[in-house]
Amino acid sequence: MSHFDVNKIRQDFPILHTSVNGKPLIYFDNAATTQKPTAVIDALVKYYSEINSNVHRGVHSLSEKATNAYEASRKTVQKFINAEKAEEIIFVRGTSEAINLVANSYGQKHIKDNDEIIISTLEHHSNIVPWQMLCERTGAKLKVIPINRDGEIIFGEFEKMISDKTKFISIAYISNSLGTINPVKNIISLARSKNIPVMLDGAQAVQHVKIDVKELDCDFFAFSGHKIYGPTGIGVLYGKESFLNEMPPYQGGGDMIKNVTFERTTYNELPYKFEAGTPNIAGSIGLAAALNYVEDIGIERIAEYEHGLLKYGTEKMMEIEGMRIIGTAKEKASVISFLAGKTHPYDLGTLLDQLGIAVRTGVHCTEPLMKFLKIPGTVRASFAFYNTKEEIDILTNGIKRAISMLI
Amino acid sequence: MNKSIEEIEDEIVEEFSLFDEWMDKYEYIIELGKNLPSMDENLKTEDRKVSGCQSQVWLNTKSENGKVLFEADSDAIITKGLVGLLVRVLSGQRPEDVINAKLGFIDKIGMKEHLSPNRANGLVAMIKHMKLNASSLINKN
Repeated sequence: MSHFDVNKIRQDFPILHTSVNGKPLIYFDNAATTQKPTAVIDALVKYYSEINSNVHRGVHSLSEKATNAYEASRKTVQKFINAEKAEEIIFVRGTSEAINLVANSYGQKHIKDNDEIIISTLEHHSNIVPWQMLCERTGAKLKVIPINRDGEIIFGEFEKMISDKTKFISIAYISNSLGTINPVKNIISLARSKNIPVMLDGAQAVQHVKIDVKELDCDFFAFSGHKIYGPTGIGVLYGKESFLNEMPPYQGGGDMIKNVTFERTTYNELPYKFEAGTPNIAGSIGLAAALNYVEDIGIERIAEYEHGLLKYGTEKMMEIEGMRIIGTAKEKASVISFLAGKTHPYDLGTLLDQLGIAVRTGVHCTEPLMKFLKIPGTVRASFAFYNTKEEIDILTNGIKRAISMLI
Repeated sequence: MNKSIEEIEDEIVEEFSLFDEWMDKYEYIIELGKNLPSMDENLKTEDRKVSGCQSQVWLNTKSENGKVLFEADSDAIITKGLVGLLVRVLSGQRPEDVINAKLGFIDKIGMKEHLSPNRANGLVAMIKHMKLNASSLINKN
């Protein structure tokens, strides 16, 4: 394994060499979205410059090229998450759409009055609201696994919660607000023993840990391209073929049909059944470029380097007086959510922005979690493999400076 | 006679022109936020809250001798400083003038970014509420 050269990696990301408010950009909002390497930007330019065309319908050469590229992207995703078949990879807009698809399609067929769906306190709104909407439609109930003070799921409570009424479990692999890595293998194995399908919200996981859906044995897995250095507006729903095959289509339109008459429509096969309308062809190609880029560096090396940043960042943060790290799980991804003394996250975020440091402030689309923790929100610094310890030093110095202004 | 909205706006722009550095500007706003009297906790009711999910703002409106009187508060100190500036400009003015106020000073002092809906700090909603409350006073009279 060659040496991990962060300076070389930084050369691949043009935006990291820009300035914000007259200061060199320090980008610590990677949990919201990641920056794009030249390989991804070039793939998009190349697609639009050379092969832009609609897929699956033209007999002309360009359409064939675009179709081949689109389907090759599907295979790249399949390989990246180690799915059994390419047909199990559905291209969607992002994690939210993937969860909505499952909640609507699987939910419509299988979820009934008084059934129970289990999520956790850590969920992003995207993994709460679609299930709430399903519950409203069907009369099913949403059960929420509690967490402890460190921001970890209380597994014993989950064990107690699971019953004959439990018909679906949807859990974040990694918490976007706190960085907690959930014990998804244990959750899945318990669910498996009771024959309950499990969906993993992988939006915060796919860029940090090796995903092998066969090894995980999850029934559904969702992630967004833009959080793994790919374009926005493209994401993936993985589903086991046996589930996807028997699920009704989610949206109707072109490409998802076999035959249409005004009396009756028959639907296309997987994966097209779930891909109504012209898909995000460029996005899929950009995503494949991003996955290849990550693969070239190696997700294990990325994880190891990011873990180093997390450890260093946590230590440096704790040196700041009045610092309170929110989310202190034993297993954590490179996310540090925090509150500093009595300062309001908005104030701290505003001043850090003036220093060229991009962090996220607020409730991070996890309002129920913030209510549970009884805090108005946090400041969140989330690290990617192109960040450095020097940047963390600038962040912690910036925080100290901001605190001295605010208190 | 009371100063007009434009006159107060000009005053503020002049005060801020003394600062070259962003830090001095923000220090001044933070100072204003710290000095703005906090609103009575009993007045911080749901109906006085103009919400933004990042910081919260409370606005109380009264009328006196045909003028609108505002008092406001926020849980974030920078927002509170900006809220204080808005109160300074608009409180004690005629409802018609409040409704028509352009509030160009926010841009001129380099604080326009705080009016971006993206900030969700309650400031934009607060200006809207100030104007709405002023227009409902006109309708009452």
